[in-house]
Amino acid sequence: MSADDVAGELRSGMTVGIGGWGSRRKPMALVRAILRSGLRDLEIVSYGGPDVGLLIAGGHVRRVVCGFVSLDTIALEPHFRRARQQGTVELTELDEGMLHWGLLAAAHRLPFLPIRAGLGSDVPRVNPELRTVRSPYADGEELIAMPALRLDAALIHLNRADAAGNGQYLGPDPYFDDLFCLAAGRAYLSCERIVPTASLQESGPPQSLLVNRAMVTGVVEAPGGAHFTSCVPDYGRDEAFQAHYAAAAADAGDWQRFRAEYLAGGEASYQQAARRFTDSQAGISEPTAAP
Amino acid sequence: MTVEPSRAEVCVVACAEAWRGDGAILASPMGLIPALGARLAQLTFAPGLLLTDGEAHLLAPDGAARANGADRVTEGWLPYRSVFTMVAGGLRHVMMGAAQLDRFGNQNISCIGDWARPKAQLLGVRGAPGNTVNHPVSYWVPRHSPRVFVDRVDMVSGIGYDRAAGLGPRAARFHELRVVVTSLAVLDFQTTDHSMRLRSVHPGVTADDVIAATGFPLAVPDVVPDTRLPTAQELALIRGQLDPAGLRDRELP
Repeated sequence: MSADDVAGELRSGMTVGIGGWGSRRKPMALVRAILRSGLRDLEIVSYGGPDVGLLIAGGHVRRVVCGFVSLDTIALEPHFRRARQQGTVELTELDEGMLHWGLLAAAHRLPFLPIRAGLGSDVPRVNPELRTVRSPYADGEELIAMPALRLDAALIHLNRADAAGNGQYLGPDPYFDDLFCLAAGRAYLSCERIVPTASLQESGPPQSLLVNRAMVTGVVEAPGGAHFTSCVPDYGRDEAFQAHYAAAAADAGDWQRFRAEYLAGGEASYQQAARRFTDSQAGISEPTAAP
Repeated sequence: MTVEPSRAEVCVVACAEAWRGDGAILASPMGLIPALGARLAQLTFAPGLLLTDGEAHLLAPDGAARANGADRVTEGWLPYRSVFTMVAGGLRHVMMGAAQLDRFGNQNISCIGDWARPKAQLLGVRGAPGNTVNHPVSYWVPRHSPRVFVDRVDMVSGIGYDRAAGLGPRAARFHELRVVVTSLAVLDFQTTDHSMRLRSVHPGVTADDVIAATGFPLAVPDVVPDTRLPTAQELALIRGQLDPAGLRDRELP
């Protein structure tokens, strides 16, 4: 299927989980497809990066559920910062470990999982729906009852997959992409390259096969589909482009020009425009391997 | 190597001292000077420490890497999911930053102003709530000022001693704030009520300087020692191996 097909299967108001971490291995081609859609009022669950920022900037988001929204080398996502300061997006602010636990509870079809993180902090103050639970054993310890973060859909990006939905990561960290898929009613996997099933065992060891076809609803081949976030070893983060993005996001006029240049057309047009940017930077910045 | 230690080098060593005696645990420094401190500790008096490359690799101490003729040696794999397990298991000591810090060590990195519509959105709570109830935590404040050391923080991210006490002895049994290293001094919580105490001043700084730069009453002992100076070996490592470009000076005002 295509990235636009994935956006077509989503509905306004859905809770959508997005894999990756910060500005690392984000399913950006799928995010860009949502930017071209009329989807609105989404609740986004994410270890947030430019995925969250772009969807906020496009007016697609009602609520963000996260522990942070960061571009890694740029500490704070500029669209998220502005939306928070202008009060235009709702936020469920959680400790990073609580987010993990909420996804694990959903993946296991449990109503909640107990966790120590959050106790004593202001996380319960700003999330008044959070409850605690007391251990029924002799210790009697009171813990946060982290509710399951059930997702209507999950979007992830991996290095390789076969057409059936067996997906492989070749970088150093799986992040929580398997949990996002298991926590979701439907999971969509984009990848750098769709390969025959038999080729997967040549590109990495069996433990690199992070998700299997029981966990995945649809597969999209999207070369450069994580750009401008990292997708090692296929390519690193495009730091020059990310800086360009962050600078544009800081000014309304610059952002309109950025949108027109990169986001007005389809994915192929985005990739072409990103290459033009890289060429225009040649000799100024580090070359990137983005296709 | 006759050049006097700089303030940044004193801070690197003060950060390194935070991890003394920790054994084989994950040291997670946030910021350049804490990172130099952790690597210095690992290379000298705390060889048991584990350090990552900021991604999912645990790197062997620099000395081992050079002995193997390689730029770096990976000694382990630590993806984020395993970091969370190390956190919950207590096998970690983090040195975080703080936009605000109060007298009992409540820390804010989330936002400034009313949370519902903040004046300034900062990092979010990140892992601070979980870190502070699970394992030792220290703080690094590169600009010691009353804007950071405040009476009351706007959004408690990492919890302080008063909040921990409020949870009861069972829930708070893993809470421990070790030290706060700043541009001016080293502070700790070794008082009867666990309020913040001036532990040492960096060379050239007086106790009055620190009191003036702190927005709440600080416990000050009758005699405040100077923060210890780097040894010749430590200076050689910092200047020759860990930070030959001298980036450490840029993290201070």
